Amino acid sequence: MNLKELYQEIILEHGKNPKNLRKTDNFTRDAKGNNPLCGDNVHIYLKLNENNKVEDISFEGSGCAITMASASIMTDLVKGKEEKEVKEIVTNFLDMIKEKDELSTNLLSEDEKTKLMCLSGVKQYPMRVKCATLSWHTLTTAMNNSQEVASTED
Amino acid sequence: MNIDKIKKEFPIFDNKVQNNDLVYLDSANSSQKPRIVIDRIYDFYSKEFSNVGRSVHYLAVAATNLYEQTRTSVQKYINASDKNEIVFTKGATEAINLVANTFGQKYLDEGDEVLITELEHHSNYVPWHFLRKSKKINIEFAEVNDQGEVTLEEIEKKITTRTKIICVTHLSNVTGAILPVKEIVNLAHSKGIPVLVDGCQGAPHLKLDMQDLDCDFYAISGHKMYGPTGIGVLYAKKKWLEELPPYQGGGGMIREVKKKGISYGELPNKYEAGTMATAQVIAFNESIKFLEKIGIENIEKHEKELLDYAVDLLRKNNSVNIVGNPKNKGGVISFTIEGIHPHDIATILDEDGVAIRAGHHCCQILHDKLGLPATARASFGVYNTKDDVDQLNNSINNCKKIFNLK
Repeated sequence: MNLKELYQEIILEHGKNPKNLRKTDNFTRDAKGNNPLCGDNVHIYLKLNENNKVEDISFEGSGCAITMASASIMTDLVKGKEEKEVKEIVTNFLDMIKEKDELSTNLLSEDEKTKLMCLSGVKQYPMRVKCATLSWHTLTTAMNNSQEVASTED
Repeated sequence: MNIDKIKKEFPIFDNKVQNNDLVYLDSANSSQKPRIVIDRIYDFYSKEFSNVGRSVHYLAVAATNLYEQTRTSVQKYINASDKNEIVFTKGATEAINLVANTFGQKYLDEGDEVLITELEHHSNYVPWHFLRKSKKINIEFAEVNDQGEVTLEEIEKKITTRTKIICVTHLSNVTGAILPVKEIVNLAHSKGIPVLVDGCQGAPHLKLDMQDLDCDFYAISGHKMYGPTGIGVLYAKKKWLEELPPYQGGGGMIREVKKKGISYGELPNKYEAGTMATAQVIAFNESIKFLEKIGIENIEKHEKELLDYAVDLLRKNNSVNIVGNPKNKGGVISFTIEGIHPHDIATILDEDGVAIRAGHHCCQILHDKLGLPATARASFGVYNTKDDVDQLNNSINNCKKIFNLK
């Protein structure tokens, strides 16, 4: 994976025109996350229905192309999924970014996996991994309905 | 001044970085090291090593003499009046912490004010912030103007009867503004207020003369002056070092230790507790010699030429915005590109071997004021050339191409 593959069309497009960049009406859970070192920040809004399915998810915030693309792709993929499924996808994605070569979950289509794998390029750039993972950590915080601010700084 | 020849003295440029020639534009963060500095560390550990100031054997005496020679070199380099006004620390951060801690203990009380500026690096804010809790002091900020400068008038406006110390950067590591420190010192002294200058960016790039500047404290970072990491200097007027309490306790800083009481050592030992970064201090002497050999006036002139060239070039480059436009500016250019986040810029430039920094550069207060979460920053050292600036500009263009910008 080289730089051109990291900054490929799909990431640039999502980075420039992120999907779900807005605030969900009547959200049921939310969480804020930031990377203090970079100045990236996201605020995730989640609306779960009575069956614990993601009826809507959106985010507000600012950051680099990787941060924005990651949040954009993530919010698109988890819409309509059950809470349990969302947790599995998040864990699977974070495992992939950390160490695994691919995504093993059956909850995503091949197309969706291909989209997510675009972000795997950050593995080459350890300083940028937290850009790709910020929205995912923040989503976990929102799912846990926790009041703390998610941070990728250890 | 032959830059090609000077550049050859830095082994880092002998090797490719990710198959590219290194274009190192991150000297405000830390400078590269000339061979004489690197070799000095190797030689000292190989042939001359001993701890200093304690044992009386041959190696110990020789090492102590070398260690003290650096002190004398620094004294002469910055024109301090006494070699005991030079205290070695682990860096400029520790130098400022030393002053904040000891000055705070002795002279600051509830309601007193420490005046700093919005340009300050976190290391000239956070140590003073500690005193907000422990001493209930207030911190006042002199504001930065539209040009990215802090003026003498602004400092004057913020001085009150409660101002007990003024702490300012010599040269901003974000906007490059060179502050009128001499005038600030004059003004402060006319009101009986001491001044600490954060000289991290000043010392490697500007001529220093403590007699002329007349500041009370001046903090220096060794690794930004072509020296090793782990070494800094606190210059302080002798009267302060005599009056202030010790900072850290331990071996080397005492005269006599009894169960009932302890007396402290003479200057500068009083402030150098424990085993110091001996090899680094000794190698730092080579950095000073390196700077003296080239001449700081020549370095200033060279970096000014580079800066003017770079500012001209980048101003002509569409969508590049340079942060701040100070009248008196050192070799630092922080910039943004509309539509590309600084971290993306830094990663893409890195692919071409162009090393810059992206982020808030440890100046969150300033970035908040500017309304920018982050900026990209190119900063110069003595080894940089116009070719480096051209490569920076080309890589910025490449970056814009990737992001489909014109």
